[in-house]
Amino acid sequence: MSQNGKMIRKEDLSFWQRIYIPEILKGLRLTFMALFRRKITIQYPEKRFTPPDSFRGRPVLVEENGVERCVACGLCSRVCPALAIEVQANETALEKERYPEKFEINMVRCIFCGFCEEVCPEEAIIMSKEYELVFESQEEAVFGKDKLLVPIEKVRDRLEFLHKHR
Amino acid sequence: MATITIDEKKFEVDPQLTVIQAAAQQGIEIPHFCYHPKLSVAGNCRMCLVEIEKMPKLAIACATQVADGMVVKTRSERVLKAQHAVMEFLLINHPLDCPICDEAGECKLQDYAYKYSIGASRFDEDKVHKPKRYPLGPNVILDVERCIMCSRCVRFADEIAHQPVLTFTQRGDHVVLTTFPETQFDSPYSMNVIELCPVGALTSTDFRFRARVWEMSSTESVCVGCARGCNINIWVRNNEILRLTPRQNEDVNSFWMCDEGRLGTFKFVNGPGRVSSPWIRKDDRKVTVGWDEAIAAAASGLKAFKKGEIAGLASAYATNEDNFAFLKFMRDVVGTKAIAFLEHTAGEDDDLLIRADKTPNAGGVRALGIGSNADSILRRINDGAIRALYALEDDIAANPDWKNALAKLEFLVVHSPVENATTELADVVLPASTYAEKHGTFVNFQKRVQRIRPAVATTEQDRALDGFAMSRWDKFASHNDRWGKGPRRDARPSWRIVQSLAGAMGTKWKFTTAENVFAELAENVPEFKGLRYLSIGTRGALLRTPQRVTEKA
Repeated sequence: MSQNGKMIRKEDLSFWQRIYIPEILKGLRLTFMALFRRKITIQYPEKRFTPPDSFRGRPVLVEENGVERCVACGLCSRVCPALAIEVQANETALEKERYPEKFEINMVRCIFCGFCEEVCPEEAIIMSKEYELVFESQEEAVFGKDKLLVPIEKVRDRLEFLHKHR
Repeated sequence: MATITIDEKKFEVDPQLTVIQAAAQQGIEIPHFCYHPKLSVAGNCRMCLVEIEKMPKLAIACATQVADGMVVKTRSERVLKAQHAVMEFLLINHPLDCPICDEAGECKLQDYAYKYSIGASRFDEDKVHKPKRYPLGPNVILDVERCIMCSRCVRFADEIAHQPVLTFTQRGDHVVLTTFPETQFDSPYSMNVIELCPVGALTSTDFRFRARVWEMSSTESVCVGCARGCNINIWVRNNEILRLTPRQNEDVNSFWMCDEGRLGTFKFVNGPGRVSSPWIRKDDRKVTVGWDEAIAAAASGLKAFKKGEIAGLASAYATNEDNFAFLKFMRDVVGTKAIAFLEHTAGEDDDLLIRADKTPNAGGVRALGIGSNADSILRRINDGAIRALYALEDDIAANPDWKNALAKLEFLVVHSPVENATTELADVVLPASTYAEKHGTFVNFQKRVQRIRPAVATTEQDRALDGFAMSRWDKFASHNDRWGKGPRRDARPSWRIVQSLAGAMGTKWKFTTAENVFAELAENVPEFKGLRYLSIGTRGALLRTPQRVTEKA
């Protein structure tokens, strides 16, 4: 648009463009070709997307030999920019001395930034590949240890990814 | 005076001082672990090495006396190199378990590792392993691996607590802090070693693993365990007190406080024995009611008696503001002169802090002109001359004589933060705020007025609007956060309850804050003349010695 409001084109439309039909056919050709390309759409929920190892799904706590690796240091809670994590420590007879009596992540607050995973000195909280999060209430969105603990076998991919890119 | 130069700046200092003291006076920090202003100089940590001109080697600032013309360098290349070396040595066997350690966040070694170390270790071998979770006494647990052998606790036990039971055994990197055989460190002041310890070797049995230090807010207050009134910080998370720590005040408690004050004066605030709401007795049953109804019941109950039949018991546990409002109410609104308070003593004064008077405010109640001779009230209750009693925050019925007398009363109104033997006998119970939930002042045994500040919010308080100390969680909690939902109690400071009662009996007062009450108190009571909340500050202020002027007609 020029200053005086007059429309200026770099090039005027050609004759074939002006008669419109060939352009429509060009467009339809593109659409038709897409029918034969590899399909990207996944028929969710019949089929499910398997994310790459770098994917940041919901944070989980790693369970090793039947107990959480977490020592309840509270660094994830401190670093969390959305204040989603609450940890209550207590003493355990195990060698690690300290364990989370309560570990809660408010999934409504979580922004999946992965800072908790990055700051964790024990590789105890990591980002999983789980992306299906449905809640019917605010209370239900607060995940306790029952939902957060995941056996180490199920998160090997992510741990190896973390080791590789440390 | 000696003229010394520290880091190219000239200072005039007292020649009796050591270099570390002189530097501290001038605001120059020389890092140190074993040096402490209230303990003898040990000089074993080597962290305070400084370069002094004309001395062949670096010298420890804690044990080198200032001399005229001395030139000290605290940040020269030689000094930095020495500091790095000392830190590297200390960290060789110190476990890297900061995530587990309770000291993290307030740890000298951790702070210095950032400030004075190169941040890397050349030590590949295995660290020495030593006992963990070793109880030194009932209140202190030792983790020997974390100990850096500064000997502060050993010197504290010897010099301040006078219970010399701590010592080091073994040598080299096998050194172990321990108690002498068949002894334990159970001094009434044992827990002071927890703050003295520059690392996380000594931890509190009570507070261990409860919270990270950065999760809590800390509020300057005063211990209510005895008439000393040790200056303290109240540490709160999620509206719950987790620990008390001493706050330095050279006029009162120096750096210390006793274990009993530290452990015994905050748990009742957290419950579960609190009075949860006002209640009145109807047909021998406790009926929970709202504030207005409870106040109305108290007012109509008191109105049914002649003023000579009503007595008041002030409390040495309540603040000066509460007692002043109570006194004003009893004199001006009820019109009785039968007002006294009960003393609570146990044991004897010791030579460090502990006082026999177990109340924080007896001096204040006396300064208001309330006597501690409650026997005449007791006698007149037993005679039947006094038929109604209004009592501030005190468990009067803990005393059997008083318990019998209270049972004879026709009407008893009580302010109390907790359910106790007295509330069991009361007709109207009004839940009073504890010392951790209100502003106010206490007068200690030295006649020093000291302020308390609210650290725990009641239902009607808002941490932000009412100027509380706020942790990060307090600032950002919203309705869907569980950590914002710490228990809150429906309690009010006694002076406000008394004001409501005065209003219900036809006398309107216009106090809006405890500071208003104190201003009127200071105007009317000669000992308090000229004092204001601002002038009391964080260190307290002494009461004036009253000069009673006899009025000439």
